[in-house]
Amino acid sequence: MSHSSTAEMKVYRPPVVDIIEEGDELLEVAMGPHHPSTHGVFRMDVALDGERVIRLKPVFGYLHRNHEKIAEKASYLAAMPYTDRLDYFCSLTNNWAYALAVEKLAGIEVPERAEYIRVITAELTRIQNHASSIGFLMQEMGASGTPLMYAFREREKILDLFEELTGSRMMCNYMRFGGCRVELPTGWLAKAQTIVDGLPGFIDEIEALLTGNEILMARTQGMGVLKPDLAINAGVTGPMLRATGVNYDLRKVDHYGIYDRFKFRVPLGDHGDIFDRYMIRILEMRESVTILHQAIKDIPAGPIMDPKSKIRGFRPKPGEAYGRIEAPKGELGFYLISDGSGNPYRYRVRPPSLINLTILEDMCLGQNVADVVLIFGSVDIVLGEVDR
Amino acid sequence: MKSTEEILALIHAALPAANVELVLNPSPCAQHSLRVAPADAFAVASFLRESDELALDYCSNVTGVDWPDKEITEKVKVTQLVDGEEKIVEETIKRIEPGYLESVYHLYSIKRAHEAIAGPVVLRMRTINRTDQVQLPSLTFVWRAAEFQEREVFDLFGIVFTGHPDLRRILMWDEFEDHPMRRDYVDPDDYEYEPTPHDEVLKRAEQQSKPTGVTA
Amino acid sequence: MLGEGILKGLGETAKNFAASFVSKDRLTTIQYPEERAPVIENTRDFPFLVYDGEDKMAGLRCVACQICEKECPPKCIYIVKSTDKKPDYVGKPQIYPARFDIDISVCMSCQICVEVCPFEAIKMDTEFELSTTDRFGGLLYDRDQLARSNQHYHKIHPTEAAEVDARLAEEKAKSEAKAKAAAEAAALKAAAAAAAPKPTPAPAPAPVSVKEPTA
Repeated sequence: MSHSSTAEMKVYRPPVVDIIEEGDELLEVAMGPHHPSTHGVFRMDVALDGERVIRLKPVFGYLHRNHEKIAEKASYLAAMPYTDRLDYFCSLTNNWAYALAVEKLAGIEVPERAEYIRVITAELTRIQNHASSIGFLMQEMGASGTPLMYAFREREKILDLFEELTGSRMMCNYMRFGGCRVELPTGWLAKAQTIVDGLPGFIDEIEALLTGNEILMARTQGMGVLKPDLAINAGVTGPMLRATGVNYDLRKVDHYGIYDRFKFRVPLGDHGDIFDRYMIRILEMRESVTILHQAIKDIPAGPIMDPKSKIRGFRPKPGEAYGRIEAPKGELGFYLISDGSGNPYRYRVRPPSLINLTILEDMCLGQNVADVVLIFGSVDIVLGEVDR
Repeated sequence: MKSTEEILALIHAALPAANVELVLNPSPCAQHSLRVAPADAFAVASFLRESDELALDYCSNVTGVDWPDKEITEKVKVTQLVDGEEKIVEETIKRIEPGYLESVYHLYSIKRAHEAIAGPVVLRMRTINRTDQVQLPSLTFVWRAAEFQEREVFDLFGIVFTGHPDLRRILMWDEFEDHPMRRDYVDPDDYEYEPTPHDEVLKRAEQQSKPTGVTA
Repeated sequence: MLGEGILKGLGETAKNFAASFVSKDRLTTIQYPEERAPVIENTRDFPFLVYDGEDKMAGLRCVACQICEKECPPKCIYIVKSTDKKPDYVGKPQIYPARFDIDISVCMSCQICVEVCPFEAIKMDTEFELSTTDRFGGLLYDRDQLARSNQHYHKIHPTEAAEVDARLAEEKAKSEAKAKAAAEAAALKAAAAAAAPKPTPAPAPAPVSVKEPTA
């Protein structure tokens, strides 16, 4: 069996470095698992020639708790609080992705008001995630404290909003199959509006401080370049992919939820370097603000739960579904197989953080070891999701 | 986006010898899948990626599914000689349907992303059994996105992806022996217990603290 | 100009430093043990059991139906049903929890027990100063430690508690009306039976205040 395209097909091989010749003086360093730049417990086994990276192998699993097995043993509802703990910065988008997959599996409709609430909370999540990821990136660049604290100041306001709505700042456990758990408290939308009105000022402030900064430009431009074809082939998603110039935003592609009702643009990068990733995150925050303005203005009254869906004893018919959303870190997907019982037969999380790390070695080879920290930081991962 | 049947027709037109069949999904989302014989998987996957019409250049999700041996009880009508007379008798037959491991790939097209709302194209492969013949071809060279995910499937399910450039455990440590996501996986009893007074853990902890050789 | 970014950054620092003397908003630190940030109403951390009236054990709303035990994702709830029945807050004899333990060290504050409870008996507290030196027993809360009065519930979640009270009052009124109607019907029947030549015993009215869940 042969096909003409197979022969000329471009193959993206993982880099194979056959080093260690006699006389090579290489230094093998284990960066991590407790290196301050690794955002948690994560190790990179690096081989260095002087300052230059010759080989880099990521080592995962320090935070592995077999989330998928836990969820397969639990009921559909009981898996929901565990999804909060995947990417603990963005629990509301995790909730949404899981709820979306279950809604696809069981064919549940979501009331309009609930869709609006989902969009509002998800975009707030995106803003606080991007703000703090920029803050962490700056921290790793040596701007210790200030940008991160500015980001956290804004994040704090958004988390207070989440707490008021869901009862918890980070482990929200808010979405349900067919809607949301509780109605918005009185005055919540007005508060959200005030905070959203303040956000452009915050983004301007961050940009005034950082975007033109020489150190930032010198250290990020042309660094950690990722080519679009490799990015697509390696399954890189989210701001990482769009920084390479590929126009792929699930909010525009899948129109999941009610995203086709809002006017917003998808920022695209040009060079695929760290600076582009930084700029994409800044611009995405601005676009999220425009979505929020529209959503808060248009939110209708009505029920927030599908009356047919039930909380207890939820048993979808046998079948399978793959649901995905544009989480702040990339495409977050849930793959579920139901055998008709009360717990999923197969429950799989497609973690954007893990898959975006596939090309970490490609980006880091030949760079200085100090830049590895920056390249890694620009990927924007959370170890709770990488290791699951 | 084309329906799964149309994609199947395209594959058959391009690769007439390929062994691909349609697997229907009864759930309301109707994400049907294509089951590929492992021997043809690489050619089919390459075709799906390279074909201009489909351009499935993005492999979103790779995962495994474990289907253990199933005991099936069937009622079969059998003709028997009873007292010299032929009679049709119902008999219950128990047979064991052998289990297998399955790898599942969810594919999308980024090149043709904005043409229509697209569901995933789902590619499935089956191993022969769950014990010794668990080899499946790796599709890492078609989609690099499968690199870590196939490692994860190898780690957690024990599917051996032949041709994978770096097939090591990814989440569990290298010395670990079992495959935790299999349905018949049993937790090893070597945790440092922190018992709560009403947990089954307490019973196990009590058993643990007993001198070896004594089992309750 | 080289160094412009650095100057800008230092300017930002100077601005904040100077403004912290004039603007109260810039001094965001709260001196925790002495001062406390206001608690947001919907805040949740760990569950407690609601009781009505004065007596903790008599007023416990929980009827040991064990739904929360079954639904709890990390399985931190442990319930033993009582063998006898005692009157609940409306006076109907109910099973009560002979033991109700929650292991706070396992609980992950997900609120699913509250959602699935059909009796409004378990709610989320806002108490967070729970540290103890005892690693295993100290965080295992039993029935007495978990019981909090309805007043406490009103204090921490006023809006939600008012809704719950209204719902319970409505249910109670409904069940009382039902009981009354049943009693009247029985009385009527008894009267009819008395008028009839052959008296049949009137069926005892069985007021149902709360629906028994099908587990």
